[in-house]
Amino acid sequence: MSLALDSVALSADGRAVLHPVTLELPPGLPNVLLGPTGAGKTTLLRLMAGLDRPGAGRILAEGRDVTGVAVRRRSVAMVYQQFINYPTLSVFENIASPLRVARLPRAELENRVGEAARLLRLEPYLARKPLELSGGQQQRTAIARALVKRAALVLMDEPLANLDYKLREGLREELPKLFAESGAVFVYATTEPAEALLLGGNVATLSEGRVTQFGPAAAVFRHPADLATARAFSDPPLNEAPARAAGGRLRLAFGVALPAPPLPEGDCTIGIRAHQLSLDPVEGAVPLPATVRVAEVTGSESYVHIDVGGLPWVVLAPGVRRPEPGDAATVWLDPRRLLVFGADGRLAATASLAEAA
Amino acid sequence: MARIAFERLAHAYPGVAARALKPMDMVWEDGGAYALLGPSGCGKTTLLNIVSGLLRPSEGRVLFDGLDVTGLSTERRNVAQVFQFPVVYDTMTVRENLAFPLRNRGVPAAATRARVEHVAGLLGLAARLDRRARNLGADEKQKVSLGRGLVREGVSAILFDEPLTVIDPHLKWELRSRLKELHRQVPVTMIYVTHDQTEALTFADRVVVMSEGEVVQVGTPEALFEHPAHTFVGHFIGSPGMNLLPCAVEGRRAVLPGGHRIALPRAYPALPGRVELGIRPEFAAVSREGGLPVTLRRVEDLGRRRIAWVELAGVPLAATLPEGAPVPAEPRLALDPARLHIYADGRLAAGEA
Repeated sequence: MSLALDSVALSADGRAVLHPVTLELPPGLPNVLLGPTGAGKTTLLRLMAGLDRPGAGRILAEGRDVTGVAVRRRSVAMVYQQFINYPTLSVFENIASPLRVARLPRAELENRVGEAARLLRLEPYLARKPLELSGGQQQRTAIARALVKRAALVLMDEPLANLDYKLREGLREELPKLFAESGAVFVYATTEPAEALLLGGNVATLSEGRVTQFGPAAAVFRHPADLATARAFSDPPLNEAPARAAGGRLRLAFGVALPAPPLPEGDCTIGIRAHQLSLDPVEGAVPLPATVRVAEVTGSESYVHIDVGGLPWVVLAPGVRRPEPGDAATVWLDPRRLLVFGADGRLAATASLAEAA
Repeated sequence: MARIAFERLAHAYPGVAARALKPMDMVWEDGGAYALLGPSGCGKTTLLNIVSGLLRPSEGRVLFDGLDVTGLSTERRNVAQVFQFPVVYDTMTVRENLAFPLRNRGVPAAATRARVEHVAGLLGLAARLDRRARNLGADEKQKVSLGRGLVREGVSAILFDEPLTVIDPHLKWELRSRLKELHRQVPVTMIYVTHDQTEALTFADRVVVMSEGEVVQVGTPEALFEHPAHTFVGHFIGSPGMNLLPCAVEGRRAVLPGGHRIALPRAYPALPGRVELGIRPEFAAVSREGGLPVTLRRVEDLGRRRIAWVELAGVPLAATLPEGAPVPAEPRLALDPARLHIYADGRLAAGEA
């Protein structure tokens, strides 16, 4: 199976809801749609499913044009953020329901349900009703039902958002294995950059109805094509500052100049992620004066929120740091870790140390 | 503001034999920022509802500043609450929504106005004050909901039940740090229930970890990270959680799977039950030399760090692949000796220096 979108676009009330997007999604690994709420992830999923018809462009399944084909006649399974199960049916019957519709022989049906239940660790609960299960178990039931169908296209819309953190961790690890085994095309929408990286497949970043970049997750993370991509793919939020490139230097709005990579002269925006800033001196880095807003300690690391020239930045520092609010601080900015975006938002100069983790 | 204490507190729901909360004595210091962390079904919401007065415990007492409030309503306890889903009146403006808890208690108009504007400023809602709540996005509605919880002064405590679960990651950062700043300015007792370790650790001065109706550890984020008192805490805190290897301990030595012997930082007496060695992935590094021979199963590239999943004599472990290091052909696993912990039947064994 393969799924391709060819210049697919959608408008509503004369406004573009989804700008033309062309994508080829390979089978066997997660294809993650990453972006904040309202970026267009669900719109795109609905178009892929055939629940909505695009205003322009074509959708191709295995090279065949399925643009106008109704969802019922496509091989699609969906999992939603809100767990959807049949409350009166047992977990077994919930998982089996698509197979009953397909009138599968009993032995084959039991086999497939058993396999899905084993993968999702639902075997002890098969006789129970969904409402007797925890939220995580209910969502695993919904995922099992989507997998048991062996649909060619499996669409998941923030499937783990309502689950416990640790449970999410486990499922994030298991899902890619399930994907690899099935040969179906998997599309997975999330707002969380860490989830996109953990799933480890491809990522399409979305911003305001536009797919801004598509590629292997870690590559997109390190080499965002534009500011919108870097923003969608940064958690904590990307630290940004307006700057001006002139005479081989980058002059930041708050009066600091950095050695610049080769850049066209003019206004630009610099971006740097929290883990690439330092509160300790770094060779080759430039010190910036800052004021501490608040520090958050995770146990092994500290997120120190600072004010740099009036801009809210976050530094991820190793170890436990608890500077007091209002304290003066120095943050070290390594020009080699900087992303520079031109006035048009496109990446103008890449971080030369981007390859390092 | 109040110091909250539990005395032999326990709870069983009617008709259910097993207790949802096992007997506990606990103190929540006045002005503390607490997180109540645990998986769903661990009893954290039951515990929060007992603090707020929504639920009367079946055993024991709840004291606010030494006063028995076990039978008192939420209102009489003067507790403010923020829930997972926004509680706002759609037909009212943001200003009216924020003022509502104050008007209800007869706070004068001028004081109400000043307080509402102060809280709106803190939450970045100043420009939205005269908008109808109906016209706000989900994130802004939750800000209003938070504001309603924060607007009253002189409350005994503010209780948060998963307030950021439905919020986008970017706004989570903003709201959490604002909440923390607010707590610094007005140190009222705050109890924040969540299943998300990052939220719990970053918000709280003290994290209360619960499992199966029991408090398994109360500590600072660094204590929970560095010295988990229980394997549950080791696993639940950290991502991935602490590695646990079955082992045998002889004084200052541990015998690991595959018969590998390593030195321990402390000496242990004969330990009862199931004995495990705990080491966090952050302190287990894949290297080319030294350490223990392992098989590399896969590498997860998380952008700012890489996790190597390895096996030691068939037992899986998560380890760190240091920045810039290539994946070695014959990987070895180096464990930081100072960070090794020994657990007996799930509990941290003290050992002697």
